[in-house]
Amino acid sequence: MRLKKVIITFIGIIIGLLFLSPFYIILTNSFKTKKQLFMSTLSLPKEFNFDNYIQAWEDLEFLHVFRNSLTITVIGIVVIVVFASMAAWMIQRTNNKMANIILYAFIAAMLIPFQAVMLPLVRFMGNLNLLNIPGIIFMYLGFGSSLSIFLYHGFIKSIPRSLDEAATIDGCNSIQTYIHVIFPILKPISITVAMLNMVWIWNDYLLPSLTINTEKTHTIPLRIFYFFGEYTKQWHLALAGLTLGIIPVIILYFFAQKHIVESVTAGSIKS
Amino acid sequence: MKRSKLAFYGFIAPCFIAFTFTVIIPFIMGIYYSFTDWNGIKSNISFIGLENYKAIFTDALFKDSFLFTAVFTIASVIIINLVGFGLAILVTRKFRLQNVLRTVFFMPNLIGGLILGFIWQFIFVKAFASIGEATGATWLYGWLTNRETGFWGLVILMTWQMAGYLMIIYIAALQNIPKSLIEASQIDGASGLARLRHIILPLIRPGFTVCLFLTLSNSFKLYDQNLSLTAGGPQNKTQMLALNIYNTAFKFNNMGEAQAKAIILFVVVACFSLIQVYLSKKGEVEM
Repeated sequence: MRLKKVIITFIGIIIGLLFLSPFYIILTNSFKTKKQLFMSTLSLPKEFNFDNYIQAWEDLEFLHVFRNSLTITVIGIVVIVVFASMAAWMIQRTNNKMANIILYAFIAAMLIPFQAVMLPLVRFMGNLNLLNIPGIIFMYLGFGSSLSIFLYHGFIKSIPRSLDEAATIDGCNSIQTYIHVIFPILKPISITVAMLNMVWIWNDYLLPSLTINTEKTHTIPLRIFYFFGEYTKQWHLALAGLTLGIIPVIILYFFAQKHIVESVTAGSIKS
Repeated sequence: MKRSKLAFYGFIAPCFIAFTFTVIIPFIMGIYYSFTDWNGIKSNISFIGLENYKAIFTDALFKDSFLFTAVFTIASVIIINLVGFGLAILVTRKFRLQNVLRTVFFMPNLIGGLILGFIWQFIFVKAFASIGEATGATWLYGWLTNRETGFWGLVILMTWQMAGYLMIIYIAALQNIPKSLIEASQIDGASGLARLRHIILPLIRPGFTVCLFLTLSNSFKLYDQNLSLTAGGPQNKTQMLALNIYNTAFKFNNMGEAQAKAIILFVVVACFSLIQVYLSKKGEVEM
C-alpha cells in the first residue's frame, strides 16, 4: 500500500510538472534579452531585468486595455445575472405554451455556432450603431442568455412555489417578490453563471475583433493580437506581453478557485 | 397563481430582445445571405439561388479545411477524453498532492484561446528546437512548418487546455458512484479492470455524454487557437473550417459564400451534436 502511494505521487508530480512547463518556459524567457533568448531558450535568465515588461506594458497600454476588458466583463456579467435570472424565473413559473416556446428557443440556440451568425450580426449591429462598448455588452447578453437561463431554470424548479405565493399574500408585487425573495435564494447558481460567463467574456477574441475594432476600445486579447503581429521576431517582448495578459486570470484563479471549479461542475452536469 | 401579461413580458424582455437581435435575426438573415451575392461592399444584394453552395463543392481549399477539421476533431476528442479521464482517476486517489494537482491541471483552461496559441507557438518553434538540439531528437525540429506537426501542435495545445476541464466533470461523475457498489465488487473479488469496465464506466456515462459533446463541438468550431498558433499556415495546410469561413469573408470579400459555408458548419455541428447526445443518452444507466 505504501509503495503504491509513492508511485502515484511520483506519477502525479511528473504529469504536474509537464502541465506547468509551458508557464515555466514563457516566464523564464520573458526576462531574457533578445540576444540571450536567441542563444538559449532552456536556460534560466542571467538576471531578472524588467525592461521587457516595461516596454510591453507601455506598448500594450496595459492599464487602458485592462480597464476596457474589466468594464465589458463586469457589466456584461451583471446584466446577464440580473436579466437571465428574471427571465428564467418568469418562464419557470408560467405554465403556458408561450413560456415553453421561449425556453426551447433559448436552449435550441445553443447549437448555433457563432460563425453562422457573425457576418449578418456585424452588418445588423452596424446599422443600429451598436459597434461600441454598450453594443458589445448588449451582444454578450444575447449570446449569454441561453446557457444562463437554462442553468437558472433548472435551479428555480427546485424552489417551492409556495414561497412566491407567500410573498404575494404578504403584498409583494412581482418585482418585489423577485428582489426580496427569489434573487437572494439564487445566490449559488448566480455565482456559477457569473463565473462561466466571466471566463468566456474575458477571453473572447472573435466578437470584439469584429465589433469594437478601434484602438480606444481594445480589450486585452484584441490588443495582444495586434501587439504580437508587431513583434513576431522579438520574442522577448512578445512573451512579456503574453505574461501580462495571463496574470489577471491567474490572480483571480487563486482567489476564486473554489467557485470557478464548482461552476464548471454545476454547469456541465446541468447541460 | 396568475401574473399579469405585463409582468411576464417585462421580466423576459431584456434577455429576449438581446437574444433576438444577436441570435435569431442574424441567423435568419444569415440563411438568406447564403443565397445571395453579398460581398460586403455593394449595397444592392441580389438573390442567386444555390450558386454559393455549388461554388463550395468545387472549392478545393474548403474540402481540405473540412477534412483537416474532421480528422482533428476525431483525434482531439479521443485524446482529450482519455487524458481528462486519466487525470480524474489520478486525482481521486487519496494522496497528499491531490488538490494541488487539480489546481494545476485546470489552470490552462482559464487562459484565452488566442493567448494560448501564441504561448504554444513559442514552445513549438523555439523551445522544441532547443530541446531537440540538447537531446539530438530530430523530430523536434521545424514544428508548425508542415501539416503534420501543425496538426499535432493543435492537438497538444487543445489537450493541455481542455483536459483539466474534462477532469473536473469526470471527477464529479466518479464521485456520484455509490461507495457501496465499489465495496461490494471488492468483496466479490472483481479485479480493478473488471470494476472499471462493469461498474465505473457504465455509471459515469452522463459525464461522458457531456465531455464528448463539449470536445466535439469545441473542436469543430475551433478558431482562436488555430489563428494564433499557425494562422492556417503553411500555405493554408492547417486551416480549419472557422478560419476558412473568416478568410472567405474578410480576405476575399465573398460574404455570401462565407455565409453559406457557415450554414454548412451549423448543419454539421448541430447534426453531430444531436446524434451524439441521443446515442450517449440511450446508453445511460438510471440510478
